[in-house]
Amino acid sequence: MSVGPYRLPTGGAIDRAQALSFRFDGTSLTGFAGDTLASALLANGHRVVGRSFKYHRPRGVLTAGPEEPNALVELRSGARREPNTKATTAELFDGLEAASQNRWPSLRFDIGAAARLAGSAASAGFYYKTFMWPAAFWEKVYEPAIRRAAGLGRASGVEDPDTYEKAFAFCDVLVIGGGPAGLIAALTAGRSGARVILCDEDFVLGGRLNAERTEIDGQPAAIWAAAIATELEALPNVRVMRRTAVVGVYDGGTYAALERVADHLLEPPFGQPRQRFWRIVAKTAVLATGAVERPIVFGGNDKPGVMMAGAVRTYLNRFSVAPGRRVAFFANNDDAWTTAADLRAAGVDLVAVIDSRAEVADHIRAKAGNARVELSAAVADAKGGYGLTSLQIATPKGRIALDADALAVSGGWNPQLGLATHLGGKPQWSERHAAFLLPADLPAGLTVAGAANGMMTTAEALADGAAKGATAADAAGFTAAPAPLPRASDESFAVAPLWQVAASRTKAFVDFQNDVTASDLALSVREGFTSVEHLKRYTTLGMATDQGRTSNVNGLAMLAALTGRGIAETGATRARPPERPVAFGALAGLHRGKHLKPTRLTPSHRWAASEGAVFIEAGPWLRAQWYPRPGEKTWLDSVSREAAAVRSAVGICDVSTLGKIALFGRDVGAFLDRVYCNTFSTLPVGKLRYGLMLREDGFVMDDGTTARLSENEWVMSTTTANAAKVMHHLELARQVLWPQLDVRLASVTEQWAQFAIAGPNARALLERLLGDVSDEVVPYLAARIFDLGGIPARLFRVSFSGERAYEIAVPAQYGDALAHELMWAGEGLGVTPYGTEALGVLRIEKGHVAGNELNGQTTARDLGLGKMMSAKKDYIGRVMAARPALIDPDRPMLAGFRAVDPTKRPRAGAHFLKIGAPETPENDEGYLTSVAFSPALNRWIGLGFIKRGPERVGERIRAYDRMQGGDLELEICAPVFVDPEGTRVHG
Amino acid sequence: MRFSFLSIAREALRGNRGWTPHWRDAEPKAAYDAVIIGGGGHGLATAYYLAKNHGLTNIAVLEKSWIGSGNVGRNTTIVRSNYLLPGNIPLYELSMKLWEGLERDLNYNAMVSQRGVLNLCHTDAQRDAFARRGNAMRLHGVEAELLDRKAVQRMCPFLDFDNARFPIQGGLLQRRGGTVRHDAVAWGYARGASDRGVDIVQNCAVTGIRIANGVVEGVETTRGFIAAKKVAMAVAGSTSQVASMAGLRLPIESHVLQAFVSEGLKPLIPGVITFGAGHFYISQSDKGGLVFGGDIDGYNSYAQRGNLHVVEDVAEEAMGLMPMTGRLRMLRSWGGIMDMSMDGSPIIDRTPIDGLFLNAGWCYGGFKAIPGSGLAYAHLIAKGEPHPAATALRLDRFRTGHLIDEKGQGAQANLH
Ligand SMILES: Cc1cc2nc3c(=O)[nH]c(=O)nc-3n(C[C@H](O)[C@H](O)[C@H](O)COP(=O)(O)OP(=O)(O)OC[C@H]3O[C@@H](n4cnc5c(N)ncnc54)[C@H](O)[C@@H]3O)c2cc1C
Repeated sequence: MSVGPYRLPTGGAIDRAQALSFRFDGTSLTGFAGDTLASALLANGHRVVGRSFKYHRPRGVLTAGPEEPNALVELRSGARREPNTKATTAELFDGLEAASQNRWPSLRFDIGAAARLAGSAASAGFYYKTFMWPAAFWEKVYEPAIRRAAGLGRASGVEDPDTYEKAFAFCDVLVIGGGPAGLIAALTAGRSGARVILCDEDFVLGGRLNAERTEIDGQPAAIWAAAIATELEALPNVRVMRRTAVVGVYDGGTYAALERVADHLLEPPFGQPRQRFWRIVAKTAVLATGAVERPIVFGGNDKPGVMMAGAVRTYLNRFSVAPGRRVAFFANNDDAWTTAADLRAAGVDLVAVIDSRAEVADHIRAKAGNARVELSAAVADAKGGYGLTSLQIATPKGRIALDADALAVSGGWNPQLGLATHLGGKPQWSERHAAFLLPADLPAGLTVAGAANGMMTTAEALADGAAKGATAADAAGFTAAPAPLPRASDESFAVAPLWQVAASRTKAFVDFQNDVTASDLALSVREGFTSVEHLKRYTTLGMATDQGRTSNVNGLAMLAALTGRGIAETGATRARPPERPVAFGALAGLHRGKHLKPTRLTPSHRWAASEGAVFIEAGPWLRAQWYPRPGEKTWLDSVSREAAAVRSAVGICDVSTLGKIALFGRDVGAFLDRVYCNTFSTLPVGKLRYGLMLREDGFVMDDGTTARLSENEWVMSTTTANAAKVMHHLELARQVLWPQLDVRLASVTEQWAQFAIAGPNARALLERLLGDVSDEVVPYLAARIFDLGGIPARLFRVSFSGERAYEIAVPAQYGDALAHELMWAGEGLGVTPYGTEALGVLRIEKGHVAGNELNGQTTARDLGLGKMMSAKKDYIGRVMAARPALIDPDRPMLAGFRAVDPTKRPRAGAHFLKIGAPETPENDEGYLTSVAFSPALNRWIGLGFIKRGPERVGERIRAYDRMQGGDLELEICAPVFVDPEGTRVHG
Repeated sequence: MRFSFLSIAREALRGNRGWTPHWRDAEPKAAYDAVIIGGGGHGLATAYYLAKNHGLTNIAVLEKSWIGSGNVGRNTTIVRSNYLLPGNIPLYELSMKLWEGLERDLNYNAMVSQRGVLNLCHTDAQRDAFARRGNAMRLHGVEAELLDRKAVQRMCPFLDFDNARFPIQGGLLQRRGGTVRHDAVAWGYARGASDRGVDIVQNCAVTGIRIANGVVEGVETTRGFIAAKKVAMAVAGSTSQVASMAGLRLPIESHVLQAFVSEGLKPLIPGVITFGAGHFYISQSDKGGLVFGGDIDGYNSYAQRGNLHVVEDVAEEAMGLMPMTGRLRMLRSWGGIMDMSMDGSPIIDRTPIDGLFLNAGWCYGGFKAIPGSGLAYAHLIAKGEPHPAATALRLDRFRTGHLIDEKGQGAQANLH
């Protein structure tokens, strides 16, 4: 087994005893526990790991963290394929499979690389200027071609087999980032007794300490970090969350975090989610997210083998991987020289140190040992076909060439402040740091510590972290004792800004992933895109999956130079959540498939299922739609049988989904008078009334009945669809409009099971259960309470079908039992369960309006209910209902419709035109809302709204239907098709 | 400079050194015939059509930040004209037709991509409502098709047809609908207007509206007073603030709407798809990102950012509709401020103040309206009377009751 040609013989935080095998583009390779995919690939000498977006240039690993722009892979395979996964943050596991992306047919031979030939014509924003000729070509040729080239990775295209969870946590102090500043902040706050949560996205705590050879308190920094982590984990009030990235800051101290529970495993263990999405509410928070190193823009700076200096250090020290055989490095700051020292210590051949500064302090310079040092120099162009082979260096003496297969680059460090700006703060430019520092207006409760706060040395970061941890704990109401600070190095980080090498001759990249070059920026400025946001949008700078972490600051510094403004004046673009890309699955958690929304079952659901019901989603509910019986060929057979049974015998239907609102208090009558357009205060105890409710704007909101059970107790029913909306409305009226009224409300929809018992045999059926329910005891529109074997049963004499009918309500837990009882009581009476379809047929036959008519665009008058609007009192909607357009006599009004040819089926949604009238909007007279087959009439009938409908009964019109083939001649009729005199309700 | 094969070839050969700014970054003059407040899509399009159709070129667009910094550069880029009500359809269809000829008209490719807009329905009642809408569209000469479940499945086999909480019954399809590259719309109109002499003034916030005897005289700005005979507001989410400078209280509330984009992916979904059992819409950009959004956050806000409840809700609906999105990642989210009107439809009208015009109330659907609205608003400003496609979009309709309430939600701004 090979350990990989670039793996150093000793050192690092990898477990050499635990070899892991994995595959990249089909090749089997080996790494170690503790590796990332990137470190394992580098150890195996895989320098090219992907292709860039636009030019398909070969690309290698640039960084060692989540800021990686190049090393994106499709991780795993099949349904678990994850496109665009950063190899630098993917933990290696045994059996890992990854493939390079955006190349075809292979990484080495990529046909798409021909895009490079388009060269200058394909510069930034080129597509806005072109693809316009000939006109038809855009849609047919250019656009499809652009689309095919789009994107990097491929989605699996099938459902994700893994599960996700959501979780909630609350704490006094949230520490974001477990580097030196975060660790000591968490420790300081934790020791004060505050509830602390420490999140770090890495799988080991310590942050950069794991990548450094530096010492803290005389021990290797990584060992110190591990010891602090152990102490933190021993504190009962501290929770350490590894592999957990805080990804967003929201109002009210809410932080979103993503925990990668099982991404480091082949598959999530049984019962475990792949990831967990946290909502953490913290009194205070310490942002200790460190800093990210930035590249320098020079020719060929994207060649595989060119790597960030800090990343080189990480690969060397943490993963024990050499970046190459002959390594050069190029920097503008002191910190980067540490890499040189580390390279030498690891025994890697350091060919040269190139620093753009004219002077470097002797003790810094000493770090390069005997290696060649070029000051006032810069790498102008990196060369190599499929990876770096040599460098062209611009020196004061002229250009020199140098062979190297790896180049470590450092342009300085950018504090990672994205989270601090999610609520809108603007970072401030610091000349001393040559970087943006924290915004003046930080989110409430948030402080920033360590490198994120511009404290660039370990000692500074520790001091700052301890101070901020104490402040945060104090602010949360605890008293934190200042912890003794550990001894740590205070290395200089002096930096002299260098953004771009002027002497470069070849393509110099600013944004690697999106292939934005220095000349793109220049072009963009030439074309007037001089605001940072314009530049970003025109060139796509910073819009790739790395969100510009390695490109934004360079880009806007270059923009500042191009426009002759300062960087501070040029300003930065705003960071947007999430701070790390988050899987949709994690954000959705368990809410997928059937669990997208809760499913509400009616109290008699089990009974209905036992009766063979076909169920239908009705909003959140599942309702019985119809009950097929043997021999019935279509749904229509079943529905017609059920509707006919109601007209001839008796049917029962679970109507528990109708909203039910209990109202209590002395002023309920007065209250109802104000919320219904008709009068309720006069309703005697033991009676109910049909009511119509308007919105404030005068249109109809809902209808239903309200019963008065006793002097001060009432119960309202609403439509199923509007149950919640009416409840909101009443609460608003009660709490905001008329708090002085003595009214209390409770939604009791779930507390009661309610059945309609309808048909000529309804009374006989009920009498078997309740005794006498004759018209003397339960007259039409009565509300009575019965004792049903010790259970209180409410009986309402209402009818939606036009037949003699009752609704009986019992506490919900007895719903299923009552359904059985009703069936038993109906034996011999022709009792028939009916579903929502038959319910619809029956109400259309009677011309009762429902959801399709109560569409929020109709007035009481439109519905034929204008007379219900009381002229004797005030109520919500009265004034607005009198606006001219609402009382226009030309408004479409409710009417009935039937096809002139009785065998034909009209379709809801058809519009009405006069016969022979041209098909223009001016001739549109209304529309058909509800259609049903009436078994009573043996034909299709419908309800709809048509201009001056009631005046036009008998007229023929055209149903204009281009959607469902219901273009027919119809006859307008009265909306009540069955029993227009209304005698059956008493029959 | 005109964009042509020739200019592109020439510039490619000389390293793109000859290109010039797409629009002039003008200094404000002391006085104009008309100023438009707001350099968003509507303001810039209005300026373009004022110059092009009405020969008004002594005009300026005043933008407080950079042009396109508002909603025109923050939206989910969906264009369609599949409206229900006669007050709306003509304007959106006019707009659709203008989109279809936009690149030639502007000599600027805003990447109008007519890959279709498919609205899914999940209940019979919804299907009936779609049929009503589709028929209304057809009466207006706008194409529409009602698809059944099978046809939807053929078109989008990746939707959840097996285990959906709200099974898909069908959908209303407008094949001419699609998406447009939003920033390019702002830039293209700015360039077209600027070429015709319009001043595009950036970093110039209007801070006051000067009125004497009921007649507008000009605007106070962060760059001084600018006199103008006509002042036209086109400030979308800032409408209530700017209108209050003229003492107007409008039937408009400001709400935040978020939008989201995924990491770049190889082509995955065909056109625009909207989920009917919640509030969710999605399409894929030319760069491969899934662009999607949902409902507004629900509370009034002027902050261009939202909160987690909507983020999660949107992801849930994405998963509910397209289970294949589980391992795809949301890359970025942002927010814009919506000028939500009380009936969910826009206003293009005069105001009670002479010379002061209003274009607002676009809610989250005003991107698609940009060309049509610009053309109609320019007509109104130039001629003093409404364009035939916008006669219903009056401010006084809230008083007269001639509401254009597509959803039937009533005067509750956050429900539209
Ligand atoms: C997240 C989101 C998604 C959306 N999705 C869609 C969609 O898919 N389809 C669709 O059709 N519509 C969509 N919209 C709606 C659409 O973007 C807007 O309706 C439309 O862009 C508004 O018009 P506008 O472009 O002129 O507005 P804006 O671009 O907001 O322009 C208004 C301008 O006025 C400026 N301004 C404000 N106050 C002042 C002042 N005092 N002085 C000077 N200037 C000022 C602002 O800076 C701004 O630039 C969406 C909106 C958002 C936020």
